[in-house]
This record gives sequence, C-alpha cells and structure tokens, in this order.
Amino acid sequence: MASHSDRRRFLKRGGALASFVIGTVRSLRGQTPAREAILKDNLAYGQPSPFDNTIRRTLGQATAISDTALTTPLQDLDGIITPSGLHFLMDHVKGVPDIDSKQHRLLVHGMVDHPLIYTMDELKRLPSVSRIYFLECNANNRPIRGPNGESVQNVHGRTSCSEWTGVLLSALLNECGVQKEASWIVAEGSDANKYTMSIPLAKAMDDILVAYAQNGEPVRPQQGYPLRLVVPGWEAIRSVKWLSRIKVVDQPYMAWHESGNNADTIPNGKGLWYRFEVGPNSVITRPSGGQRLPGRGFYEITGLAWTGGGAVTKVEVSVDGGRSYKEAALQQPVHRFAHTRFRFPWAWNGEETVLQSRCTDERGEVQPTVAEAAKNLGVPPDYFYQADHFNGVQPWKVNRDGSVQNALFL
Amino acid sequence: MRYSSNLLAAVIILSAWAAALAQGRTYQLGTTPTEEEIKTRDIAISPDGKELPPGSGTAKEGATIFAQKCAACHGPNGNGGGLARGIVPLGNAKPVKIGFSLVPYATTVWDFINRAMPQSKPGSLTADEVYAATAYVLYRNEVIKETDVLDAKSLPKVRMPNRDNFIPAQPGWKPGEKRPFGYYP
Repeated sequence: MASHSDRRRFLKRGGALASFVIGTVRSLRGQTPAREAILKDNLAYGQPSPFDNTIRRTLGQATAISDTALTTPLQDLDGIITPSGLHFLMDHVKGVPDIDSKQHRLLVHGMVDHPLIYTMDELKRLPSVSRIYFLECNANNRPIRGPNGESVQNVHGRTSCSEWTGVLLSALLNECGVQKEASWIVAEGSDANKYTMSIPLAKAMDDILVAYAQNGEPVRPQQGYPLRLVVPGWEAIRSVKWLSRIKVVDQPYMAWHESGNNADTIPNGKGLWYRFEVGPNSVITRPSGGQRLPGRGFYEITGLAWTGGGAVTKVEVSVDGGRSYKEAALQQPVHRFAHTRFRFPWAWNGEETVLQSRCTDERGEVQPTVAEAAKNLGVPPDYFYQADHFNGVQPWKVNRDGSVQNALFL
Repeated sequence: MRYSSNLLAAVIILSAWAAALAQGRTYQLGTTPTEEEIKTRDIAISPDGKELPPGSGTAKEGATIFAQKCAACHGPNGNGGGLARGIVPLGNAKPVKIGFSLVPYATTVWDFINRAMPQSKPGSLTADEVYAATAYVLYRNEVIKETDVLDAKSLPKVRMPNRDNFIPAQPGWKPGEKRPFGYYP
C-alpha cells in the first residue's frame, strides 16, 4: 500500500508533468513558425516522460567489418518488444541510405516463370501478416573482457525484437512461379554496397517476411526503410535491409558479406560453411553487470531468452553460480523466434553469489556454459571472443556491496 | 438479370485489362520488367561466373587503376593506413585462422569490387576496370601472376587457396534439425 507521503510525492510529480504539458500547449501561440512546427510535432508524436528519458543505445565495439555498432539497452527494457528507436544497429554498408518509398521497387526474377516488379503501394495491397520476431547479430554475446564487457547492453545488446508486418516472401515467389530446378535465393539491398545474401529456397518458402512495418509504423531507415527481409531465427546478417531485389537461383552465391567478410573460422582455421540458425540463448537483464542492488531483500530476477530453434520452452535460473537451477516463469504467450521474457522471484541475503540463466527450446536444444562449449570444441574459453553464434550461459556476480559484475572470466 | 450479365461482362473486360498489365498469378499486381530492366540490375555473380560480362584485365593494368581510384582509401601499396583499410587478405592455403578473409571463389572478389567500389562512387567502374582491379588484388595476394589475363572465362577457373577450407558446422546438418549439445557457436 502506498503511504501518504508516497502519494503526495506522486501527486507533486504528476502536477509538474501536467504543467509541462499545459505549458507546451500554451506556448504554441506566439512562436516562430519553425518553433511552432517542432512543438506541434512533439505533441503529435508522443515522447518519453522528461522524468524518465535516459534510455538510450550506446556505441558498442565496432568490428573490422562494421563502422557503427549501436546496442540495445536490454537492462532498461521490459516485456519482449524493443522500441523501434532502440533496435540495435550494425552498419556494414557505410551509412543508412536515404530512400524515397515512392521511388522504391522490388524486383523478383531469376528462375521464375514471370519476373515481377512491385511498387510499395502494390506490396501493401497484398495479403499481409504480422509476426513478432527477434533479430540477432551473429557477433552478439561475444565474451568481451575489460570495461566493454561489463554490461548486458555491451555484451548482449545486439539482439532486438519487433512486431514485423509485411508480405510472406513465399506469396511473392508463388506469384512469380518458381521453377523446379531452383534451390536458393539471392537477396540484395539498395544501399551503397548493394549488400547481398544467399538463402536456401526452403526457408524462403517457409516463413521469411518482406516487411514494410515495424511495431506498427513504417520500418525505420536504420532497419531497412522502406522494405526489409526478416528471416526468423537466423543470424540477422541474412535479413537484408533496403530490400530491392530477389533473384531465384540454383546455388549459393557466396557474396562478400557472407564469405570473406563474415565467414566464421574454427580452431583449425577452416571456415564454417553456411550455418544460419542461432542457438538457444538467454541472459538475465536485471540484475546485470554495472547495476547495484540497494540492499538485501526481495528482487525479481528478469531477463530474455530466444532461440533459432523456434519456441523457448524452458528457462532455468540459478542463484548459486550454476550448482542448482529452478524454472523461471515465461511471459505468455511465447512466440516462436521471438524474445521470451522470463521472471524469477529472489530474496537476496546480502551474501556474495552468482546469478545465471539457461534456455531450452522446442527441439530440446540446451544453452551450454562457456566451459561446456569450450570442452565440446576443444578450445580455450578465450576462443569465443572471436567466435560468432556464441550462446554461452552468462553469469553475473553479486558482490556484498550490492554491485553486480560480469563473472564469465572471474 | 440483364444488369448482372452486363456487370459480368464488365468484370471480364476489367480482368483481361488487369492481366495485360500485371502478371502476378493470383493477385494480378506488380508489372512485368523488360529484359533491359532486369539486365541492368542483375549484377550478382555466381561461382560459375555465368553472369560475368565481356571484358578483361591484368594485374599490371589493375595497378594503374588502383593508384587512381583505390589508393586514397586502401593506401598506395594496398597496406591501408590512417582510417583506411588495406587490401583485404584473401586467405592462406594452410588452414590458419584468418578472420574475415576466407574467400572461396574469385567471382566473389569481382562481384564486390563491381557492386561496392570505389566507396565514393560504387558501381562506376567499367567491366575492364573491374577485371583489372580484381587481377591486382589476386596478384597482391599471390593467387595469380602479374601477367595473367582475367576475363569471363578465366576468372571462374582461378582456384582460391581457401576453396576447400569451408566445412559444414556439423556434416549433414540441415536447418530445422536438432544439433548436438554445445555445437551452436
């Protein structure tokens, strides 16, 4: 029950908020036209509360193949949907192209009976579907050491989850009539690099979306406006942004961004041929690295789980560094190929401990610990710093002073 | 009755008109591209090189083009420097770990130079220039000789040192199948 003083504080805060809004409305009169337009737009497109408007992406570590890396603040978010403006970004193409959707066209051709060009208006007339899917960079979760490895945002913030709306790629391919010798598609964007990816036809005919909307509004430019491929459960490098061409072919093309620039090497130096699906994964987002518990007592442990295998069926949480696990509650409904929120009640006794989570998916695949993954591949745990598709269990250590830190290599 | 048959006739005429403009099988939306429209946009090159255009070039010619159009970013000798990136190493025949450098086909190199280079004006190189620049990159990586001529026939035959260094993560695994524990990375 809220105490009297709590309520008074709330009313005071509410009053401040109300006067802010009224002030904004009043100030619309007697402003310069430019200023008036800005004020009007701030009202027309709602903004976060001025009391709670610090949730931001941060610059993650850019890699040899990306110029900009912006990571999603997983520790600050609730539920399963990532607000569009907080979706992670890995720039592989030297900047976001400026595309006028009226001029944008999608060409579908290659091994089809009838090649077709679609305008955006035509695509929006076709039967649409909305699906909640995560997109995860294949370089997410690398066990980064040092200051960059201290928060869930830096280490795991290259995964985001949106409701995507668009046309099933299978519908477009059926309209064109895929020829029976075809076995792959090559998808191309209209960015400066004309970013290109090969995808097996079986996946294209199954559940790939050609999306024009993200969380109810047009896909954001950083996410591929006006059109992007969304390939459920697969490494996000396949989900081609600014999509402008689909060619139906009979072999993988091994374009630069899927071979030389993204090939994952294994300990013997060989490159891994197309892998596609991300493994079962989970991470506790609160409490997580860099946060501080104010004192002993009750906390809800919460986090996200996801898998390229379909639906998350179980998340277990350990509050004793992995010696024992108990099942967490999963937010319902659980969507296939979507972030799944888990919650677990916990009372902290003020002692040092390690919190971690483990995901199991509908195929029965289980998230390994770093030690288990290293043992399987015959590598030292450090190897995963350079590995893609890493999905090891993430331990967070709670110290006596309440501070939380990454315990992967402690 | 007469009214409905008129309507039917109108629907038939409208459908025929729509079909003439659009070829989509079920929804009759979208338009049919011309051969020329497809040809201009169809730039992806397959490993067998069947889409490669006429033209040719050698590493020697490529060195001149490199100095004019590539050195500003990749450095005068392809070594990079400052913010620039050097010529990317295309890998080594020995199975050693070289991140971001395993290229199985020479067509991949041609395709990327053609679609994305130079960064200031992607897609502006002529076919001859792309053959020559590709030859220069392959020569600097010790894959071909300085005098080798690359064209639509010879380029797909260049054997990249890493051609056989790509292996499946789990032999026989197909998307959608369960994988052994711990073999996702």
